[in-house]
Amino acid sequence: MSIVTDPARPAVAPEAPPATRRKGSFGFNTISTREKVVRYVLLVFVLLITIGPFLWQLSTSLKGSGEDIYTRIPRLLPAQPTLDHYGAVADTIPVWDYAKNSLVVAVLVVGGNVLGASLAGFALSRLQFRGRRIVLGLFLATLVLPGEVTIISQYVTVREFGLANTLFGVALPGMIGALNVLLMYNAFRALPIEVDQAAIVDGANAWQRFVYIGLPSVRGTISVVAIFAFIGAWDDFLWPLIVLTDPNKYTLTVGLQYLSGTFSNNPRLIAAGTMIAFVPIVIVFATLQRFFFKGVEEGAVKG
Amino acid sequence: MRYNRWFTPWVLVIPALAWLMVFNLWPSINTVILSFTNARPIGGGTFVGLRNFERLLHDDQLRWALLNSVIYMVVCLPFLTILPLLLAVLVEKKLPGITFFRTAFYTPVVASAVVVALIWQWILDDRGLVNGLAEKLGVISGPLPFLSDQWLLLLSAISLTIWKGLGYYMIIYLAALGNVGRDLHEAAAVDGAGPCRRFVHITIPGVRGTMILISILISVSALRVFSELFILSGGKGGPGGRDNSVVMLIQQYSQGFEGNLGYASALSIVLFFVTVVPMLVLARLNRRGAEA
Repeated sequence: MSIVTDPARPAVAPEAPPATRRKGSFGFNTISTREKVVRYVLLVFVLLITIGPFLWQLSTSLKGSGEDIYTRIPRLLPAQPTLDHYGAVADTIPVWDYAKNSLVVAVLVVGGNVLGASLAGFALSRLQFRGRRIVLGLFLATLVLPGEVTIISQYVTVREFGLANTLFGVALPGMIGALNVLLMYNAFRALPIEVDQAAIVDGANAWQRFVYIGLPSVRGTISVVAIFAFIGAWDDFLWPLIVLTDPNKYTLTVGLQYLSGTFSNNPRLIAAGTMIAFVPIVIVFATLQRFFFKGVEEGAVKG
Repeated sequence: MRYNRWFTPWVLVIPALAWLMVFNLWPSINTVILSFTNARPIGGGTFVGLRNFERLLHDDQLRWALLNSVIYMVVCLPFLTILPLLLAVLVEKKLPGITFFRTAFYTPVVASAVVVALIWQWILDDRGLVNGLAEKLGVISGPLPFLSDQWLLLLSAISLTIWKGLGYYMIIYLAALGNVGRDLHEAAAVDGAGPCRRFVHITIPGVRGTMILISILISVSALRVFSELFILSGGKGGPGGRDNSVVMLIQQYSQGFEGNLGYASALSIVLFFVTVVPMLVLARLNRRGAEA
């Protein structure tokens, strides 16, 4: 049973061999001190480019109202650090309601995808039925189509359901993504068919095989699907911008655009707003990143 | 031996299939239907024949949008195919703390485009970080209008897209690098090839397939750009609406009293053809390269 694997979560995670110099070997695995220094210098340089702007924004959001944020010699550390602007954002726009709205949409999308995609992925990969290939082909075909092409008629559909200008309308179309169905299909396929056959001999029905054999072996892919569904829903801008017209129902991204368009005279305020949208997603990603990088590492370790 | 009742698989597939039909397949068909009408955002609409498509031909904003899209794609392609590969090579070696760097480099991808565009808007402001530093160093005498000049605004949005995409493509390359045989590198190193020569002659050919895939992804996403340009231009599409993208035009016609879902659908069809063409060209290049 221990051969059960999932591409994103190897059952046997091979440890990287210790980088010791083998006797008589060329020593390709060891890194010279000079190379190490060069690599770290480059890493820190890229780090400044990728993280710098976020730190600058964080710093701006913490600078006091009396502090000159336009100084020609930029100061990263605020002279009069304050959290006032975070309160001020909440006085200007209902930012916490927006955060709650974003969360509601994200939770609906995550739940829908985890449930719908794993059910469909399991059926498509482990159960035999007529029309299986056609259904699979349909899912594949939609991947070629950029979402923006159908966004207008998608809005028309949601409007006809009476869900225009509702949070449920924002979440609904993304609740089962074709890509996620295919990801789950791939994950379930890695499971050897003999396991199913053994379970059938033991009298397990399809539902039991799904719950007790399928699901436990694809936890890795499920977490990848969940992470990306969450990030995608939380970050989405165009779709909620089209669906939502009432400023009380905005999600965070649309609300931030509203804030910057209406009250753009105070950079500290907008900085605080962006941090409110940015920090939760970073925390989510930082805590779950090991699931995400695991699949990548698997490929990187071998060879 | 019967594995399951005939309807069991369908019960499991039906939800996903229903979603596919209602939110992917039907909208694809409906886009074509709508493009022949003058439907409004609130509802209604009648058949207007080819009027929307005639209007496309005389739409100056669409012409600018298409030009911007091509510029976007042409500038993004070289930067986003090469830089992430170099990054992937940099984070490939398992040095202490490498997970931190990988996660940090991926952060701009995880952040919303709206968030990063607002951050850049502040950095590129007339009195922001870049102009302030450049003036201090005496490189420029007055602030550069990054956000109000037609071409500088486009360039700012392009750099933002490149910056935000680095980590995304880095991860794809990183997965591909794992499949490039280390023995090849060792053999070349024994033969006296330096890191640069090994990069050109071993790494690049080794990730060639991934490179083609990535260039398709870059082209398509450059043509679909929305949030970066929308936020940096304050939702206005730059001076005289000359910094719009096709998706921004679609969004503009989706709302308000001026909204026209029929015309927005015609624009969607333009977007479809514009994104499919580079996909086909690159896929063909890939096949020809594989045969040669």
